[in-house]
Amino acid sequence: MMTPIYMDNNATTACDPAVVEAMLPFFTEQFGNASSIHSFGEQVGKALKEARGRVQNLLGAAHDSEIVFTSCGTESDSTAILSALKANPERRTIITTVVEHPAILTLCDYLEKEGVVVQRLRVDKRGRIDLDEYKSLLSERVALVSAMWANNETGTLFPVEEMAEMAHEKGIPFHTDAVQAVGKVPIDLKSTRIDMLSCSGHKLHAPKGIGVLYLRRNTRFRPLLRGGHQERGRRAGTENSASIVGLGVACELAQQHMETENTTVKALRDRLQRGILAKVNNAFVNGDTVHRLPNTASIAFEYVEGEGILLLLNKQGIAASSGSACTSGSLEPSHVMRAMGIPYTAAHGTIRFSLSRYNTEEEVDRVIAAVPPIIAQLRKLSPYWSVDGPVESPERAFKPAYA
Amino acid sequence: MWDYSDKVREHFFNPRNSGPLTDANGIGDVGSIKCGDALRLMLKVNPESEIIEDAHFQTFGCGSAIASSSALTEMIKSKTLDQALQVSNQDIADYLDGLPPEKMHCSVMGREALHAAVANYRGEAWQDDHEEGDLVCKCFAIDAVMIEETIRGNHLKTMADVTNYTKAGGGCSACHEKIEDILIAVNGRLYSSDAPQKGKTAPVESPVKPKLTNYQRIRKIEETLEAIRPMLQRDHGDVTLVEVDGKKIYVALSGACQGCQMESATLGGIQQKLIEALGELLQVLPVGALATG
Repeated sequence: MMTPIYMDNNATTACDPAVVEAMLPFFTEQFGNASSIHSFGEQVGKALKEARGRVQNLLGAAHDSEIVFTSCGTESDSTAILSALKANPERRTIITTVVEHPAILTLCDYLEKEGVVVQRLRVDKRGRIDLDEYKSLLSERVALVSAMWANNETGTLFPVEEMAEMAHEKGIPFHTDAVQAVGKVPIDLKSTRIDMLSCSGHKLHAPKGIGVLYLRRNTRFRPLLRGGHQERGRRAGTENSASIVGLGVACELAQQHMETENTTVKALRDRLQRGILAKVNNAFVNGDTVHRLPNTASIAFEYVEGEGILLLLNKQGIAASSGSACTSGSLEPSHVMRAMGIPYTAAHGTIRFSLSRYNTEEEVDRVIAAVPPIIAQLRKLSPYWSVDGPVESPERAFKPAYA
Repeated sequence: MWDYSDKVREHFFNPRNSGPLTDANGIGDVGSIKCGDALRLMLKVNPESEIIEDAHFQTFGCGSAIASSSALTEMIKSKTLDQALQVSNQDIADYLDGLPPEKMHCSVMGREALHAAVANYRGEAWQDDHEEGDLVCKCFAIDAVMIEETIRGNHLKTMADVTNYTKAGGGCSACHEKIEDILIAVNGRLYSSDAPQKGKTAPVESPVKPKLTNYQRIRKIEETLEAIRPMLQRDHGDVTLVEVDGKKIYVALSGACQGCQMESATLGGIQQKLIEALGELLQVLPVGALATG
């Protein structure tokens, strides 16, 4: 088998070797508890402080005390939303969007059952929200606005800085799930009105199991986990020191590679997208191609289903992911594709390629060569497909009985 | 990625009998594009012997849908129609050395396509008698329709009932919320799993809080205060409701609570409990505030 090609970096990334190296001592000689007075603890405490500073730098936070380490992006999201509701009990409305990650949407669905009003901004065909609609929803009943910085499936960027400004004018706290954006697009929180931001280590070449909640100074806050005084009592529980140190290094590397990400990685992504679309008909890019993460290309291949594409790619050592949720046990296409009104016959055939600075031009060219025959092979099996194009009026030619 | 058997993989990578069958005389189109799985089964049936001489498929769907379609065509070829109709979805899954529970619907789709194609050949109308809901309990492969029908048919009230009747929820516990949602949808509310207390059937907090009448609202306030009292009594204090004036609730603190430095904290705590119980914003004030207006 050929060397594997990893193009699923929005799912998770490989730990950078420098990150792993920095972490290792914290599993052995640097095992102390940062809270301890003795020298074992003291050294760990210093390492955590250094890591906190590195995260602060990448996020452009004004103070390192605004960085709260958590266990993952989901915990940061839950903390932000539940805190806002708890700290503003007279406000029972949350504004979010229909295309958020399940870390936000599932929690909102649950809160809705508890009586919280959830307003979900819709998106257009390109995955963009309507700022006028957003503006009309801002009221004194709103406890929090939570909108993602970048969409995990399409890479579409929301104008969160502008949205935060608008929320601030109405006195509404603003949270952004920036799990996909941190490390891929420049962020300078101190020059924004964003009050809370979620970030996850494993999306930027740090390990899994470490996340960050940025909490702007003077934001009303209630902790999710109560207990010890770690993270100034804002997130109790002994610090995951090895992972925090690893995240610190990863943030520093991300900052160093920020330009690479937006030039080299972007060029690779564009090459991949162009190369595939030039060879495969009835295929198109999903999302807002103007305001988009530099590493992500979500491509819909009409009249075939994504899982088959992934299985055949996997056979050639190529890792990507599907826009259809069939791979995760549910049968409906992804909520993001549905929200954009992508037809079922295209939504089910959507593949997300998400690159990183470790990808090469040679890999991109191998993927460009691999994809067209795979799509052709599956289309040959498809009831919607004739020899070299869809059958005439496909939706009428094949109308399966609903089962 | 799914834990597919080697046989499923093999049939997916090398599907048998795929593509159009030009001289087909029985065609069945089933599935749902919404769910991303749809299948056209084409049969060439010998009108004399009713033997299936050839079978082809075209499938829009995932790996196991394609593998199930391929398996089906292999299984029914050279059978008579009546013999072929004996093929169950479990037979298709068995032929493939099993399918993940979430993918069993692919084999069901195969069986349905067969029935539809045979009906088409015979000039009959095919009725889709199959109803499949979302898979709720993955431990025991029980879907939502099955759970709902069992609840309705047996007037089930609690989570434990559902587990006893269907096994659903008896494994990893992940689906308990979903099952409770179905119980609420059927019964209008959720009953506690404990035996109901004498004299009242205590519903465990209905998810939809209906608007209360004045009487109900005051009762609710009283009930909430009743629940708080034992805590205060432990500290040799007590609380009684004096007046309800719209959003203002006046209470009298007595015993050790009276004049306690923690009085305002206690009132705050009571207020929080009342806000949670009534689902509305209100203010708890000491009875003294009533007197001074």
